[in-house]
Amino acid sequence: MSKLALKNVARLYGSVAAVADFSLELAPGEFVSLLGPSGCGKTTTLRMIAGFVPPSAGTIEMEGQQISSPSSVVPPEKRRMSMIFQSYAIWPNMTVGENVGFGLQVRRLSRAEIDRRVDAILDVVQMRNLKGRYPAELSGGQQQRVALARAIVVEPEVLLLDEPLSNLDANLREEMRFEIRRLHDAFKITTVYVTHDQSEAMVTSDRIVVMNKGRIEQVDAPHRLYARPRSRFVAGFIGRTNFLEGARQGSEVGFDGFSAAASRLEGANGTGTLLYSLRPQAIGLSSQKPNGSSVVVESEIAGRSYLGEYWDYQVRPLGAAKPMRVSTGPNVVFEVGSRVWLDIDPAAMVRVD
Amino acid sequence: MTVTALPSAAARPQRGISFDSTWLLWAAIIAVLLFLVVSPFIYLVITSFSDQRTGAFTFANYATAYGRSRYVDALLNSLRLGGTAALLAGAFAVPLAWAVARTDMPGRGLTRMLVLATFITPPYTGAVAWILLAGPNAGWLNRFYTLLTGAEAGPFNIYSFTGLAIVIALYSFPYVFIFTTAALELVSSEMEDAANILGAGPWRTMWRVTLPLALPAILGGLIICFLEAIALFGSPAMIAIPARFNVVTTQLFQFFGNPVRVEVAAAYAMPLLGVTILLILMQQLMTRRKGFVALTGKGGERRPILLGRWRWVMFGYAMFVASLAVFLPYLFLLQAAFAKAWGRGFALDNLSLRNFHFVLFEHATAAKSVINSFLYAGASATAAVILTLCVAYIVVRRLVPFGGLLGFLCVAPFVIPGVVLAIGFYAAYAPPPLSLYGTALILILAFTTRFLPIGYVNAGAALRSLNPEMEEAVRVLGGSRLTALRRVVAPLLKRSLLGAWLLIFIPATRELSAAIFLYGPNTKVASVMIFDMSEEGNLEYLAALALILQVLTLPLLWIGQKALGRDFMLRRNAT
Repeated sequence: MSKLALKNVARLYGSVAAVADFSLELAPGEFVSLLGPSGCGKTTTLRMIAGFVPPSAGTIEMEGQQISSPSSVVPPEKRRMSMIFQSYAIWPNMTVGENVGFGLQVRRLSRAEIDRRVDAILDVVQMRNLKGRYPAELSGGQQQRVALARAIVVEPEVLLLDEPLSNLDANLREEMRFEIRRLHDAFKITTVYVTHDQSEAMVTSDRIVVMNKGRIEQVDAPHRLYARPRSRFVAGFIGRTNFLEGARQGSEVGFDGFSAAASRLEGANGTGTLLYSLRPQAIGLSSQKPNGSSVVVESEIAGRSYLGEYWDYQVRPLGAAKPMRVSTGPNVVFEVGSRVWLDIDPAAMVRVD
Repeated sequence: MTVTALPSAAARPQRGISFDSTWLLWAAIIAVLLFLVVSPFIYLVITSFSDQRTGAFTFANYATAYGRSRYVDALLNSLRLGGTAALLAGAFAVPLAWAVARTDMPGRGLTRMLVLATFITPPYTGAVAWILLAGPNAGWLNRFYTLLTGAEAGPFNIYSFTGLAIVIALYSFPYVFIFTTAALELVSSEMEDAANILGAGPWRTMWRVTLPLALPAILGGLIICFLEAIALFGSPAMIAIPARFNVVTTQLFQFFGNPVRVEVAAAYAMPLLGVTILLILMQQLMTRRKGFVALTGKGGERRPILLGRWRWVMFGYAMFVASLAVFLPYLFLLQAAFAKAWGRGFALDNLSLRNFHFVLFEHATAAKSVINSFLYAGASATAAVILTLCVAYIVVRRLVPFGGLLGFLCVAPFVIPGVVLAIGFYAAYAPPPLSLYGTALILILAFTTRFLPIGYVNAGAALRSLNPEMEEAVRVLGGSRLTALRRVVAPLLKRSLLGAWLLIFIPATRELSAAIFLYGPNTKVASVMIFDMSEEGNLEYLAALALILQVLTLPLLWIGQKALGRDFMLRRNAT
């Protein structure tokens, strides 16, 4: 049985649908991210799971028991979940220890047991020495760890995280991503993680739900999402990509500046404009004409940017209107204006809607 | 999971929006607000159309109220008085506010302190001090004038329209000061730098950039002064009546004399209410308009404008205003309070503690009136804070539909002048079945209503500053809404609520406009006592009592400043 199941959940605000027809099942211990731009309905979905917002339609079940429907909602305090908020919501009037112990106190555990568990979880997040401090004395990263400890110590059925890293600076954010995944691997709590940051979702998640305008665009494992995006939105949102418009011309599909055999392209049987996504990393770039079975196009370097970890070239096939973006290793250097060869593998081109 | 699992309530879902305790609370609050705000207002209107004996519908009260030219004159006097006082207050306050907020004038902290001292001086105490200062012949300023010039009589006469306007302006200019400093503190130096770099000098920048940005706030402050002036009872009663002219409030008081003609008073109060509502609406429109600094939040870094030699001129002006509002009045109040007879001056053999002894231990009701003031103020401040906190919580957290209506009822008394409110309370609750006239309860209820807006504005601001996630974190960990209120919301709002309580308590201890219409023989409050003494001409006793009231306020002020910062009374939501 799935741990958590959302069935055709929708949420209307007035006549505006913040979330529409959302269905998802989580296996026990699974880590799923809701990923999308701001306003896509991911936080509303999370708050429906938490019980703060009743759904306008559909139901939410936990271990087969209905916990949310338009007519009845189990209140948040009865759901045995816990949540980490965007603002952390660390109570400034309580010490670190009191914050972390709060959920255990509500569950009426003995003082000794509370102390034991609080100490144990503070060890896990490396905050034991700050147990007596007040939140105002902590850095952002430390507050984040307190929030994590407070949410995990109660051993919730489901852990919900609402953009927990968005208030941290870049370095700390990267560190905390791994921390969150480490804690998940240690405790195996079923987790729903809301973020607008794709790399956060990719580092932490077993599966990612990409949302746009209140709807699910695609649900997949991170590498599948990157390699096989199913819609233009997903392809554009996850990583950088080239959108190539093609049209069927006999046995070939013609693109801006080159063409490829229809038989080697995915979904090339459609009519009208065929849209493909091609990742900049999937394109080869060389000064000599490469051999092999892929499509080879003579081109010119139209512009370039150096980003340390890679070169970002704008390469225009001869006779084409628009350049394509191509990434190479930092040691592959071409001057602007020089002639190069593009090496395109049709199998790397993904048909998107 | 293991032992930490909560009792499996998942099997027993609750309705999303249910008829639970929230709704009961909501109904109770509605009932209380109807009782405090709506019903006195409705009774006021009904009474104004009721025949005094039969209670039948009639326009006769209006005919009586506006039938004599001296009644109409009193109305016009009020408007003139309001206008004059507001302009004078602007002249006192705006330069001071600018100097304190934006320049390097010396003594800025001192100036703020003196404005605060002005603000906590009840207008009637100020009026009495000015009677000592500028009474014809005997007033100290006149005596110094004759001493210096050898003239037969001094030129100052407090018992005049101008005298009254000046006294009112002197004790209401802090409103303009508060509004103006608040706005100026949001004008960033960058906006002024932008004018400078385009070639404008400091004066031009002030006239073309800084002041226009603060203008809506200044006008808002002037409007509050105007309304304060036309709604004031104490100072006009002490000054205008001896000067043989009437204003709306003194005329209303006379309608309340023997026999009480509450129907005529109600009819006569309508223009006062109308003007107030109109101007408050105007003021809200002006200061709420978007795009003005008053709303843009942080204004970036601010550097003081260097005034050069002019800084001493500004300082001189600040001290001049302070002399008129604080130094001179308190000096001569002290003299009178410690004198056997104030007219005999500063001679050592004129010194005495007799007045304090008399007021505290011999006078039949004076000491009790101070106790009454503090008891009633404490009760109403507590009631108002609790009530407005509940309403603000319901409104801010959107717990019920139409919560905004509750909020509106809480701020509505802001547009009802104290005198008018008192007449409404009299009309609603003096007659049977409640027969509250002369009880402590009617005073407490009236004070509570009068100061609901201060409570609501402060409670609302405090709650809005509290991230709802703080409470959601409690609930998601298994705590109820009540646990969240008890363990998180209440501890976090402690300071703000103490502040709101003080902001109500302090003015409530000196409230006169409503109290004068509602007190009874056993419920006299200090402000009424002071007013009575002024009518009897016991200025020495009066000065002693007024100073006792001021001294008792100081510890409260100190607590407020400790808890909330030095300027807690000079912030926008204090008014």
